[in-house]
Amino acid sequence: MKRTHNVDELRAIAKQVRRDIIEMTGAAKSGHPGGSLSVVEILVTLYFDVLRHDPSNPKWENRDRVILSKGHAAPALYSVIARAGYTPIDQLHTLRKLNSIYQGHPDVRFIPALEASTGSLGQGLSVGLGFALAARLDSRPVRSYVVLGDGEIQEGQIWEAAMAASFHKVDNLVAIVDYNKIQLDGFVKDIMDLEPLADKWRAFGWHTIELDGHDISALQSAFAEAAATKGKPTAVIANTVKGKGVSFMENNPKYHGVAPTAAEVEQALKELA
Amino acid sequence: MATNIRTKFELKMGAATREAFGKALLDLGRKNPNVVVCDADLSKSTFTHLFAKEFPDRFFSFGIAEANMVAAGAGLASSGKIAFVASFAAFVLNKGFEQLRVTAAFPHVNLKVVGTHSGISIGEDGPSQMSVEDLSLACSLPGFVVLSPADEVAMTALVHAAAEHVGPVYIRAGRPKVPVVHSPEQKFEIGKAIELIHGTDVTLIATGLMVAESIKAQEILEAEGVSARVIDIHTIKPLDVETIVRAAKETGAIVVSEEHLVDGGLGVRVAQVVAQHHPCVMEFVGLHGYAESGTPEALLEKYGMTAREVVKAAHRALNRKKS
Repeated sequence: MKRTHNVDELRAIAKQVRRDIIEMTGAAKSGHPGGSLSVVEILVTLYFDVLRHDPSNPKWENRDRVILSKGHAAPALYSVIARAGYTPIDQLHTLRKLNSIYQGHPDVRFIPALEASTGSLGQGLSVGLGFALAARLDSRPVRSYVVLGDGEIQEGQIWEAAMAASFHKVDNLVAIVDYNKIQLDGFVKDIMDLEPLADKWRAFGWHTIELDGHDISALQSAFAEAAATKGKPTAVIANTVKGKGVSFMENNPKYHGVAPTAAEVEQALKELA
Repeated sequence: MATNIRTKFELKMGAATREAFGKALLDLGRKNPNVVVCDADLSKSTFTHLFAKEFPDRFFSFGIAEANMVAAGAGLASSGKIAFVASFAAFVLNKGFEQLRVTAAFPHVNLKVVGTHSGISIGEDGPSQMSVEDLSLACSLPGFVVLSPADEVAMTALVHAAAEHVGPVYIRAGRPKVPVVHSPEQKFEIGKAIELIHGTDVTLIATGLMVAESIKAQEILEAEGVSARVIDIHTIKPLDVETIVRAAKETGAIVVSEEHLVDGGLGVRVAQVVAQHHPCVMEFVGLHGYAESGTPEALLEKYGMTAREVVKAAHRALNRKKS
């Protein structure tokens, strides 16, 4: 895996990941392209720049942990971990097919390098809190990153975990909200509005950063700021665009859970050339 | 009728299994620095406060938020800890069930789940606090070991066995003091049932506080000239198939008693084994619905968790066996 702090190189990786997402969901004829495309820069910045990890030694005890709690964005995660060297790139097209390691939602039984099985929303922040508590107890330099969906944080367990993390003063835990403003049934504001979202995290005792979730240098700065923040966990509210990078998918609730047709795959790949 | 090998039991009152759990957990904490404990504002009731007092750094208070506690416990377990999460059985299993499924059972993490105040013997607090489904729920999770100790001796040994076992475990504990049915020398092994009394006419299989009732039932039956075998099944999953099949073959009649709903508890699990390997007459003593407030003694009496009900079931089984 080539690690880089260079924003242009990270952008190039992000574009490749977007192409993978389109091809994978197109081949699977199902899946969640919209929320996969919105989370790309977050995952690429983590895996190719920020994380202390070693794809050749996935169970290294001092590795940083990432949980994609919004498990339906699995295509983005699979592309990123494959391109980072954890899993085979040439099997990405088997997404969602029988016997594939690339299950519809992340499952540690099929990819042991994953930190948690997700897909049932609302649970990842609690597990990430457990990682952070264990690391602190053992004085390990481990940081725990949990990527949340915006619709996902309508789940009550998220706020149980948010309360517990600040109560226990864990500062090696970062929650990143992929705030693309759209969930399955439509716009978040119409289903169950989250606003004022940053105020909520602050009220729960979190250091809170708001940024453009497609701005890689802003993400790099935010993760550095989180690492420098002591005595409390950090929430990064990443304002993103659902379907980012594909014109007809951007801000279109239809592509939350509908795969592109063959013609749409072709058009999307042209836009992502 | 054959004569029993073992002489009459002297049942003396012992500690509640929840208290035995708390003491064993403290002992475990002293021996193994890798043990951590999570609780949800019930540490004085679950007796995890004993561990918390001596090892505050390894004790995590989660407040009244069981779902978060279970999943965070799974995170601690995934990080190499032997993580115990404890609450009332009714809360840790029912409120944490989805978390047990996704964060503990799927990845098969080394999480130890302890549900206290199980069954109806919690008493006056009433049915919202009574767990009568926990064995069924826990057994439905692939890879889980499910333990249901009958007394303080069993609980102490099985807490240590659970810590040594790598993988998820559920341990059921009760609120009231219960009679001691095991000798201090008794060895416990996960998945190995214990034949307490040998008998040849009918087998009384039981778990939890119904083990003591089955021993009392055996004495009543013995006075009637019936030779009853008594087996304590402390491991509900995996079941000791060999001991159950031997009982089916040698006695031809089995009564299963549990302080749990008859649907989905130990009884149906034993019946599955019997049906598959050596069908015989079976009867079941258990709960058929939700209970109510009352003293533990009054509740156990009203809802049939008694030696008398076990004896009646044994009579039914013996009559059917003859016909």
